[in-house]
Amino acid sequence: MNLLLVLQNILAIGVPFSVALLLAALGEMFNQRAGVFNLGCEGIMAMGAFLGFLPSFLLKGGALAPWAPAIGIACAALAGVLLGLLFGLVTVSFRAPQGIAGIGLQMLGWGTAGTLSRHFVGGVTGIPGIDAWPIPGLSKIPFLGPILFSMTPFGYFGFLMVPISWYVLFKTPWGLKVRAVGTHPRAADTMGTNVARTRYQALMLGGAMAGLAGAYLSLAQAKMFADDIVAGRGFIAVALVYFGRWHPLYILGGSLLFSIAQSFQLAIQVLGIDFPYEFAVMLPYVLVILVLAFAKNSRLRGPAELGKPYNREKRV
Amino acid sequence: MAKNADRITELRVEGITKRFPGTLACDAISLRVGEGEALALVGENGAGKTTLMNILMGLYQPDEGKIFINGSPVRFRTPNDAYAAGIGMVHQHFMLVPNMTVAENVALGSAELRGRFRLNLGAARARIRQISERYGLAVLPDAYVWQLSVGEQQRVELVKTLCFGAKFLILDEPTSALTPQETDELIALLSRMTADMPLIFISHKLAEVKALSNKVTILRAGRVAFSGDTADHSSADLAALMTGHEVKLPCNECADGCGETLLAVRDLKVRSDRGHYALDGASLEVRAGEILGLAGVSGNGQRELADALAGLRSAESGSIALAGTELSGLAPRQIIGAGMGYIPEDRQTEGIVPSFSVSENLTLKDFASPRFAAGPFLRLKAADANAAELKKRYDIRCPSTATPAGSLSGGNIQKVILARELARGPKALVAVYPTRGLDMGAEEFIHKRLLELRCEGVAVLLISEELDELMNLSDRIAVIYKGRILATIPAQEATRARLGALMAGLREEEGATA
Ligand SMILES: Nc1ncnc2c1ncn2[C@@H]1O[C@H](COP(=O)(O)OP(=O)(O)O)[C@@H](O)[C@H]1O
Ligand SMILES: [Mg+2]
Repeated sequence: MNLLLVLQNILAIGVPFSVALLLAALGEMFNQRAGVFNLGCEGIMAMGAFLGFLPSFLLKGGALAPWAPAIGIACAALAGVLLGLLFGLVTVSFRAPQGIAGIGLQMLGWGTAGTLSRHFVGGVTGIPGIDAWPIPGLSKIPFLGPILFSMTPFGYFGFLMVPISWYVLFKTPWGLKVRAVGTHPRAADTMGTNVARTRYQALMLGGAMAGLAGAYLSLAQAKMFADDIVAGRGFIAVALVYFGRWHPLYILGGSLLFSIAQSFQLAIQVLGIDFPYEFAVMLPYVLVILVLAFAKNSRLRGPAELGKPYNREKRV
Repeated sequence: MAKNADRITELRVEGITKRFPGTLACDAISLRVGEGEALALVGENGAGKTTLMNILMGLYQPDEGKIFINGSPVRFRTPNDAYAAGIGMVHQHFMLVPNMTVAENVALGSAELRGRFRLNLGAARARIRQISERYGLAVLPDAYVWQLSVGEQQRVELVKTLCFGAKFLILDEPTSALTPQETDELIALLSRMTADMPLIFISHKLAEVKALSNKVTILRAGRVAFSGDTADHSSADLAALMTGHEVKLPCNECADGCGETLLAVRDLKVRSDRGHYALDGASLEVRAGEILGLAGVSGNGQRELADALAGLRSAESGSIALAGTELSGLAPRQIIGAGMGYIPEDRQTEGIVPSFSVSENLTLKDFASPRFAAGPFLRLKAADANAAELKKRYDIRCPSTATPAGSLSGGNIQKVILARELARGPKALVAVYPTRGLDMGAEEFIHKRLLELRCEGVAVLLISEELDELMNLSDRIAVIYKGRILATIPAQEATRARLGALMAGLREEEGATA
C-alpha cells in the first residue's frame, strides 16, 4: 500500500471536514473579540443546516431546482443573522448571563430545526446538494491538487475567510472597535464607540457564519438533513476559538488539526489497522483538551471583558 | 451653536443633580469655569466629583440640571456629543485599551483619523507627533499600551484627549498614580496649557491645587461647600473646608516603645510574574510597637514582598518569621491564623470581594470561627452586629451594611479593610500604599489608626511612596532598591534628599545604621 496515497486520502477527507468548524469558529471569534460568548453556535448551525437543506428538498425536480442551494445558503445566513440579533437582544440589551442564554439558543435552534424537519420532511431524505468545483489546472497538481483545489465553493470561501477575517479584525476601523469593546468597553464608550451596536454587529456576523457552517454540513458534506447533523461541532468551534487564541490563523490551525485527526481516526477504522478504534475516536477531542490546558499561559490573551455585559451607568 | 466655536470661553453647570440607588451623588451642583481659568475641584472620596465630571462627559445622564457652553445650553447623550462640543477628559481610571497601540487607541476615538474602510494609522501617528511636539509630551505611537508604565499611560491619556481636539480639559485625579517627579512635570505642563484652554482639575493634594489652579470649588456629600479664589486661602483652610473640621495629619511623636523583634524577614528571594528575582535577598526586621517604613520607587520588589508576607506568592529561599513562627511555605489561612494583618495594594480586587456586602467583607477572614458560624451555618445576626459596631467605630460611610462593598468610595473601602484587619487584633500588620488615592480626611483617619496600633505594640510594616507619610509615621525607614534593602535609617535622620538619593539606588558612604 502506498503510504503517500493514504496520507493524501486522509488529508483530502480531513481538510473539507474543517470547513464547517472553520466558518463557525471564525464567526465565534468575532463574537468573543467583541466580548460576547455565544454558546448557541451549535443551535444556529442546526438552523442553518435545516434551512440550507429545505429549498433543495422542496424544489426537488422543479424548475427552480438549480437555484435551490443558493436560496438555501441565503436562508441559512439570514437565519444566522436573526438568531445573532436575538442573542444580542438577550445578552447585550437585557444583559442576561451569556452562558445560560447560549445554552438556551442552542436548544432553541436545535429543537426548532428538528421539529420543522419532522413537519416538512419527515424521514431522512437525500438532496443533490453542492458538488466539488475542482479548479482547472490547479486540481491536477500531484498530491496537493486533490486536497486543496477540489473543494466545494464553501471550502474555498471558508479558507478565504481566514485572511479576510484577519484583515477585518486588525486592519479596519470596525475591527478596531470590535477589539476595543471586548477588552475595555468603557474606554471604547468614552471614545465614542457605541458598545452595544458594535456587539450586535459582531453577533450578526458571527451568526451568519454559523448559519453558513450549518448549510455546509447539509448541502455539501452530508447532502441530507438529520436533526443531529451538527453533532457538537458548534461546541467544538467555541473551544477552537480559545484554542486559536482569538486569532484567525491559529483558529485555522486548530480546525485543521482537529479535522485531520478525525479523518485519521476514520482511516484507522477503514483500513482495519489493529488499534482500538474507540481511542482513535477520542483522539481529536483529547487533542483539543490538551492544547486548551497548555495554552492558558500564552501571551496572546483573550478579550478581557469576555462574557461581561456592559452598563455605562454602573460603577467600575 | 457651541460646537462650532473655536474656543470654549465659558463652561457653566447649573443645578446638576444625580441620584444612584441609595445615594444622592450630586445635589444641585452649580459651577463655572471661564477663559484662562483652572478650576480645582476637591472633596473627600465619594463627594461626587467623578460623577459630576462623567455627566459633563455625557457618560452619565443627570436627573436634573443644565450645562451651558459659551452661554448656550447643551445636552450630551453620549461621550461623542461631549467630544463634538470640545470637551476632553482624562479619567480617574485609564481609558486606554491595553492590547492596542497608542495610535490604535487614538484612531478608535476619532473617525477622521482612522479612515473609513481601511484602518489608516498614518493620520493618527501624525496627529500624535504634532501634539507631542507642541506640548513636549513624549509618546511613542506604536508602543502597546500594556507595555507602558503608569506615568507613560497618563501621558498617553492626555495626548489622546488633545488629539481628539479638546478645547476644554477635565482631569480626574491625574496625579494619584504618578511619582513625585512625574507629578511636578504634569503640573508644570498643565499650567502652560491653561493659556490655550480652560480646565477642571481634581486632586486630593492641596499642594497641587495651590500650584495649578486659580479657582477652587469644594464638594462635600454632593453639594458645593465652598467656591472661591485659590490664592485667598491657605492649604490648611482648604483642608478644613473640605472635611468640615481642622485637619492635622498626625506624627509619630510618642516615646520610643519598641520591644523585641516580631516580624523578621531574612534573605528572601521571590520571583516576579515575569520570572526574574523581584526580591533578591531582602532582609528586614520590625519590632513590636514599631512602624517600619519601606520607601522605594514602586516596582522595586514591594509588591512581591507584600505578596510573600501574605502567603500569596511563594518564596524561593529565605525565611519569614512572625513572633518565632516560620511563615514561608504556609498557606494564607495559616498566616492569618498566626496573627498577620494585611492591607493590600489593590483594595478593589484583593482587599474586598466587591459584590459581597460590607457586613460579609468584614467577616471574610473569620466566617468559619465560632463567633460567626455555628457548625456549617453562618450566624448572620452576629455578622451584622459586628458590622454595625465596626461601621460606627471606623466611621464607614455606607447606606447600610448590606450594601455591596464595591459600590463604596475608595476611602470607605479602605476603612472596611482596616476595620476587618484591626478588629482581629493582629501581631503584625503589613500596609501597602494604604492612603494612595484617598482624600485628606481618610488619610488622617488611617494615619491615626496606624499610630494607635503602634502604641498597642503591633509591628507595622508601612510600604509607601509618599515621603511625607513615611517620615511622619515611621520609627525607622528602610529603602528598597532592585529587590534589596539598601539602607535602614532612623526616621529622625531621614530627609527628603537623603531618601530620594537612596531610592534612586545611590549607596551611602558610611552605610546603613541598621
Ligand atoms: N455608577 C454608580 N452607581 C452607584 N453609585 C455610584 C456610582 N458612581 C458613583 N456612585 C456613588 O456616588 C457617590 C459619589 O461618587 P464619586 O462621584 O465617584 O465620588 P468622588 O469622585 O468624589 O470620589 C459615592 O457615594 C458613590 O458610591
Ligand atoms: Mg473620583
